[in-house]
Amino acid sequence: MDDESRRCPSSEVRLQVNGTPYRLRLDNRTTLLDTLREHLDLTGAKKGCDHGQCGACTVLVDGRRSNSCLLLAVALDGAAVTTVEGLADGERLHPLQEAFLEHDAFQCGYCTPGQLCSAAGVLAEAADGMPSAVTPVGESPRLDGGEIRERMSGNLCRCGAYPNIVRAVQDTAQAGAAR
Amino acid sequence: MKGFDYRRAGDPAGAVAAVAAAPGARYLAGGTNLVDLMKLGVEAPDLLVDVGRALDDRIEEGPDGSVRIGAAVRNSDLAAHPAVRRRRPALSQALLAGASGQLRNTATVGGNLLQRTRCPYFQDITKPCNRRDPGSGCPAVEGAHRDLAILGASDQCVATHPSDMAVALAALDAEAVVLGTAGQRTVPVAELHRLPGDHPERETVLEHGDLITDVLLPALPPGARSGYRKARDRASYAFALASVAAVLEVREGSVHRVALAFGAVAARPWRARTAEEALRGAPATAESFARAADAELAAARPLRDNGYKVPLTRNLTVRLLTDLAEGASR
Ligand SMILES: Cc1cc2nc3c(=O)[nH]c(=O)nc-3n(C[C@H](O)[C@H](O)[C@H](O)COP(=O)(O)OP(=O)(O)OC[C@H]3O[C@@H](n4cnc5c(N)ncnc54)[C@H](O)[C@@H]3O)c2cc1C
Ligand code: SF4
Ligand code: FES
Ligand code: FES
Repeated sequence: MDDESRRCPSSEVRLQVNGTPYRLRLDNRTTLLDTLREHLDLTGAKKGCDHGQCGACTVLVDGRRSNSCLLLAVALDGAAVTTVEGLADGERLHPLQEAFLEHDAFQCGYCTPGQLCSAAGVLAEAADGMPSAVTPVGESPRLDGGEIRERMSGNLCRCGAYPNIVRAVQDTAQAGAAR
Repeated sequence: MKGFDYRRAGDPAGAVAAVAAAPGARYLAGGTNLVDLMKLGVEAPDLLVDVGRALDDRIEEGPDGSVRIGAAVRNSDLAAHPAVRRRRPALSQALLAGASGQLRNTATVGGNLLQRTRCPYFQDITKPCNRRDPGSGCPAVEGAHRDLAILGASDQCVATHPSDMAVALAALDAEAVVLGTAGQRTVPVAELHRLPGDHPERETVLEHGDLITDVLLPALPPGARSGYRKARDRASYAFALASVAAVLEVREGSVHRVALAFGAVAARPWRARTAEEALRGAPATAESFARAADAELAAARPLRDNGYKVPLTRNLTVRLLTDLAEGASR
């Protein structure tokens, strides 16, 4: 091993991203966020804080939302990742994406990919009966405004588009429940 | 960030052997605290031993009502489990009051217990800090300590332990199962973290290489209710300024059994034994709850900017115990 690689050990990592399998050699320090943005050219997930504090980097890992800035890619070997680029079905936008457009749920759009992936996670978690801090004990969650605000609190929006984000998520949840 | 080797442990014993043999090695679980601290330069391991798949991620309820929680269980899964959600709402509420949905999906029980203080100087390697760099000093005593300890601190360190979950576990008499090179032992969660004294760098009673494999919850008597209450700067997604977890059983208007723990006021979840003593057999009224909280908080030594934590902790205690006594489930 030469000095350079001794200081920066790397590993082979297999990831499935938006349905496409990849085999990558990555410096062990590489986060999932940097893997997506720097190695796979998927720049949808954004780097806001890089410390788990803003939610702009939210993606789904094996179906569950997570902050990709705090995940080491090497630890995810074999995982399936969905980013905002993978939410739409071909040309057909995801219902959450439609609702965000409909309700004008963004201004600059920087937080939006994270909001969308987080909201997709929220819908799945609520459907699985996962409680939040505002869910009454013994009841299954109903995605009203209070539940959505609590569940989406890990996604900050510097433009303050919160009211419309809540409406967009709520509309999607109701449409899903009606189907 | 410094480069590091990465190894995925196949089982707990292999993980312990790998970390114990290498002074610069750290366990990696969810990584939500460790990776953050590596980015900040506070941690610079040369080997990460990933225990995410080596540790158990199941929750088992015993026939006697006790519960065994694998250390790799994610915070969100623990909060949703019926043995926790219905039987021990204090723990479910504490977990759900912490961090965000994304972080709770990633964070594990073991990592949550061993997360490090959020003291701003600890996290900033350009500043002195006795906990991070022994003997360098503690700027928090004179500086930004509004969020820091009022109980059990020393002039060497006034850090708090930031976990919500650990506060509920302390009130529930939980024990951590620890695997080390010398074998297995159990440590009560309320005694896992050390008070700073003259050695704030010794954060827990664990030795290098000790691995938390499980957390055990004893059975709760059928009449006992539990709850958690947290005060913070915003409605959600913020660390506690003060919090309280309690288990209460009232019989004929009197306190039959009580366990009380305070969060964000000390370097460990603060089991309020003095208050518990004062409450046993006392009438279950707001007056006794207030007297008991005052008795516990008589030991508080607030700093210039965190005196507010004394009445805040007291009022949270009275509110929570009153709600539990009245039978409110949350
Ligand atoms: C923005 C933000 C907000 C947050 N807000 C809150 C909050 O409000 N309340 C709260 O309680 N927490 C909060 N947290 C902290 C969060 O709960 C912790 O980061 C998380 O619980 C750590 O778990 P982990 O599995 O990711 O641990 P890791 O980061 O993997 O590990 C943490 C430490 O524990 C060690 N370790 C891990 N597992 C074991 C084990 N089994 N045995 C021995 N050692 C082990 C590691 O070596 C490391 O030193 C917040 C975090 C962030 C980033
Ligand atoms: S309070 Fe403790 S952690 Fe904070 S600066 Fe002082 S020694 Fe460091
Ligand atoms: S970039 Fe990951 S949470 Fe801010
Ligand atoms: S739309 Fe600008 S940050 Fe949210």
